[in-house]
Amino acid sequence: MRDVAVVGIGMTSFGELWRTPLRSLWAEAALAALDDAGLDSVDLITIGCMSSGLFTGQEHLASLLADELGMAGVPAARVESACASGGLAVRTGFAEVASGLSDTVLVTGVEKMTDVDGADSTYALGTAADAEWEGFHGITFPGLYAMLARVHMQQYGTTREQLAMVAVKNHANGLLNRHAQYHLKVDVEGVLGSTLVADPLRLFDCSPVTDGAAAVVLTTVERARELQPDRPPVVITGSGLATDTITIANRGSLAALNAVKLAGERAYAMAGRTPEDIHLAEVHDCFTIAEIMATEALGFFEPGQGGPAVENGLTALGGKIPVNTSGGLKSKGHPVGATGVAQVFEITNQLRGEAGQRQVEGARIGMAQNMGGSGGSSVVHILEVV
Amino acid sequence: MFSPARAWREFPQRYRLEAEKCASCGAIHYPPRLVCAECGAREFTAVVLPRDGKVVTFTIVRVPPAGFTEQSPLSIALVELSNGVRIMVQIGDVEDPESIEIGMPVRLEFRRVSSDGEAGVIFYGHKAVRAAS
Repeated sequence: MRDVAVVGIGMTSFGELWRTPLRSLWAEAALAALDDAGLDSVDLITIGCMSSGLFTGQEHLASLLADELGMAGVPAARVESACASGGLAVRTGFAEVASGLSDTVLVTGVEKMTDVDGADSTYALGTAADAEWEGFHGITFPGLYAMLARVHMQQYGTTREQLAMVAVKNHANGLLNRHAQYHLKVDVEGVLGSTLVADPLRLFDCSPVTDGAAAVVLTTVERARELQPDRPPVVITGSGLATDTITIANRGSLAALNAVKLAGERAYAMAGRTPEDIHLAEVHDCFTIAEIMATEALGFFEPGQGGPAVENGLTALGGKIPVNTSGGLKSKGHPVGATGVAQVFEITNQLRGEAGQRQVEGARIGMAQNMGGSGGSSVVHILEVV
Repeated sequence: MFSPARAWREFPQRYRLEAEKCASCGAIHYPPRLVCAECGAREFTAVVLPRDGKVVTFTIVRVPPAGFTEQSPLSIALVELSNGVRIMVQIGDVEDPESIEIGMPVRLEFRRVSSDGEAGVIFYGHKAVRAAS
């Protein structure tokens, strides 16, 4: 396999962007990444998008979006793995460059979620669960994670306050990110006083409905050095992909995320790294409990210690391993198909040392963990400055 | 999505709780599969699920999806039946959702599950109700 570098990054601001259609969101991020890379053509475009059909009535994004960039003719492929679609687009681009099938790939993610009302967006997101055997009964995504949270709290003693502290931390980080949907300081009381969505999860335990797009350009390390001689390449050293049962009914344990564990192990093995080597991580905090469970599954903390870790500040900026310096899905926003690509944007920005006020000093090795459904799929990437 | 054809083909599982037991390892699958997820065998015999079980975990959905907005709040549980099979169901007849707890004994009863879909079909299935412990 060839070594693969991130040579360009771009993203839109995330938010309720009612003026902007999906194609323009996408093109803004794509052009920013191409400009950052110093390229005006690529061998392939990959597009992570969960459900443009249900959210906007538009499928066939490969043609629509290549055309939007004036690149009709270029190979393009949309990939889907629910909320892990963006991570899967990164993985697909990585495989293309590593294998030699493509030399440069424009990896993108996009979701336009605010063209439908709340009940319809809840329904669209719910299709990431088993539509026939879970969705039939009216369960929602907050509901599924609420069920996991209840088991985690009973099994490990994870507290309601510890869940709230994830939101407090990520909103504090989001204050430092100009791309974030919310620039809003919240405290534990504010989270605990917010509306119940699915007991025990409240509004401030949930990532929002968001419009947005993100893009990264991947190429070989050699080409990256040619394009950007003054910038040390950020290399993808590990890539892991895994699935779990789609229904939580068929899981061995409800207190662990096995797809995240497997994807993490595969990425660590490829990179020759261990959890202790990682300087910072973007993890999939679609709900506060998800961040706690992800940090355990990735081996940063023992099972059951994710809650105490956030309480003790280990995952805050300046802590043992800063998690979600971008604000995470919680504060930065969660345009589902874009999220996995935006995570790689953040890690690359940090490894370049260009993250401004939220910069993790001396960061050389970072991780991005993206997840679909209630943990039914996960993609993990390890990035390093070489 | 919510079509008459789908409602019709799911009658055996929704109405009669039909599952399949692997002829090789005995694992019970609901809904049926073509290959056993435990051992890989492809021979099954039909079985009917028991109706008694207990709550493994649960939530109270206060922001329901399209099709369920009239029923808010919606109590939903993962129930482990007495033969070990876990199924997701609504909890019915709950006056106080806060009184639901992990381990609560329940019994499955045949109920109307959701309001008319786009095709005007009424969806029936099973809900769990509190059973005497």
